[in-house]
Amino acid sequence: MTRVTKTVETIGKIATGTELVKRSLPAMLKGGVIMDVVNAEQAKIAEEAGAVAVMALERVPADIRADGGVARMSDPELISQIIEAVSIPVMAKARIGHFVEAQILQSLGVDCVDESEVLTPADEQYHIDKNQFDIPFVCGAKNLGEALRRIGEGAAMIRTKGEAGTGDVVEAVRHARTILGEIRRLTVLPKEELMTYAKEIGAPFELVKQVAEEGKLPVVNFAAGGIATPADAALMMQIGVEGVFVGSGIFKSGDPMKRACAIVKATTFYKDPEVLAKVSRNLGEAMVGRSARTLVGDETLAARGW
Amino acid sequence: MTKTDRRPLVGVLALQGDFSEHEARLREAGADTRQIRYASQVADLDGLVIPGGESTAIARLTEEGAAVIFATVKERILEGMPVWGTCMGSIFLAEEIEGSAQGRLAVMSIKVRRNAFGPQKRSFECPLEITGLGEPFPAVFIRAPLITAVGDGVDVLGVLPAELNAGASGIVMARQKNMLVTAFHPELTADLRVHSYFLQMVGEHVSRPLSSTGV
Repeated sequence: MTRVTKTVETIGKIATGTELVKRSLPAMLKGGVIMDVVNAEQAKIAEEAGAVAVMALERVPADIRADGGVARMSDPELISQIIEAVSIPVMAKARIGHFVEAQILQSLGVDCVDESEVLTPADEQYHIDKNQFDIPFVCGAKNLGEALRRIGEGAAMIRTKGEAGTGDVVEAVRHARTILGEIRRLTVLPKEELMTYAKEIGAPFELVKQVAEEGKLPVVNFAAGGIATPADAALMMQIGVEGVFVGSGIFKSGDPMKRACAIVKATTFYKDPEVLAKVSRNLGEAMVGRSARTLVGDETLAARGW
Repeated sequence: MTKTDRRPLVGVLALQGDFSEHEARLREAGADTRQIRYASQVADLDGLVIPGGESTAIARLTEEGAAVIFATVKERILEGMPVWGTCMGSIFLAEEIEGSAQGRLAVMSIKVRRNAFGPQKRSFECPLEITGLGEPFPAVFIRAPLITAVGDGVDVLGVLPAELNAGASGIVMARQKNMLVTAFHPELTADLRVHSYFLQMVGEHVSRPLSSTGV
């Protein structure tokens, strides 16, 4: 395995922050649900409900949409409180390109950074050089080219962008189908076409070659952006992602604990309609939601990043 | 291993975690595999792997509809079916978890400390000496637990020495009769030696005559 990180390997000593160590954390989260939380109290509810990790952010996406303004990394005090409150991994969001927010998050002891389009981008040209960090990053993608560019920069996990804060799953479905469909097509391309394909999608050739050979991304691939119900989570799993992020869907609903438990079960038993029917009963009100089609201009968060 | 024209059938608990990596390694090492989500899938297994994942998430599933699967698994382990827990799986088999009463199988006489090394930035890889496996094994520790005490009848197979300066040291691999635990993740590397070791345990246990009838 190639090591693209700065860690020096020494026999008889430990090596932290290697590509393998960074990609392995997301592998442990597969088949699970990662929940957005804004404080320690919500984090405890998420853990109690069976979340495999929590995502700390200042405001959930639905509130970011409603309030407007600039959305940034959370207050470090809140993040430390969340880390104290739970034993599951804690992730936190940094703005696209804001490598100093990412440095702060790493020093706080978060387990993974989400370089996220949900926050207001700090750099409209360059993403963070994630290879410089010892902790893994997850990044959003709409298509295979974008996913491979992020992996090339060092992302250890990919998620669909979807449209966060809408409660409308349609964009997450679109992005998952696009990425998985492009991977399937890539596996049947003759070798001599791979370089041109890499050029067309703007992706590193070595990664294109690897995906063509292995038929999958070299990192874990989750769904995010608009998942609001147990059925939404199971839909994404059946389409072929390896786990789900749920943002506003839980804490903007009528009964967060019940809904969170139901989404966890639906993600585990995603192929079992009987379980899905059972856990979907009497969940109270879902988040209000907003059709992704009604978004205009810069309301479309997925257009952030490239 | 018994001479056979049937590969052993090893289940991999597939409620959450890196079960597909275990399946791939087990198949390379010579077993057939099955993802286990229901109690009805456990009866004819020759062995079971409990993969890495998040133990509190799995513990939560045990309290609900999945409880029956854990009762069935526990019964088969007590009957002697070989079982191997990696990382979260080792926590799940332990009789005692430091500072936690979370749901678990509690079948193996070990005490574990969850997340003994700290946050992900303290996760690491290193070569590890394992009893009977020869060359050091490339061990990957991800927010890993440590085994802090073992009871009678538990063989310690791997120890992380203090001089590695991993932030903590102690037992990272142990076996008690049909139960094997590793705090690290052999399924994440191409080295099949620990998977082969477990399949040897499976082969030694399989008492019924293996035939080519399949499952």
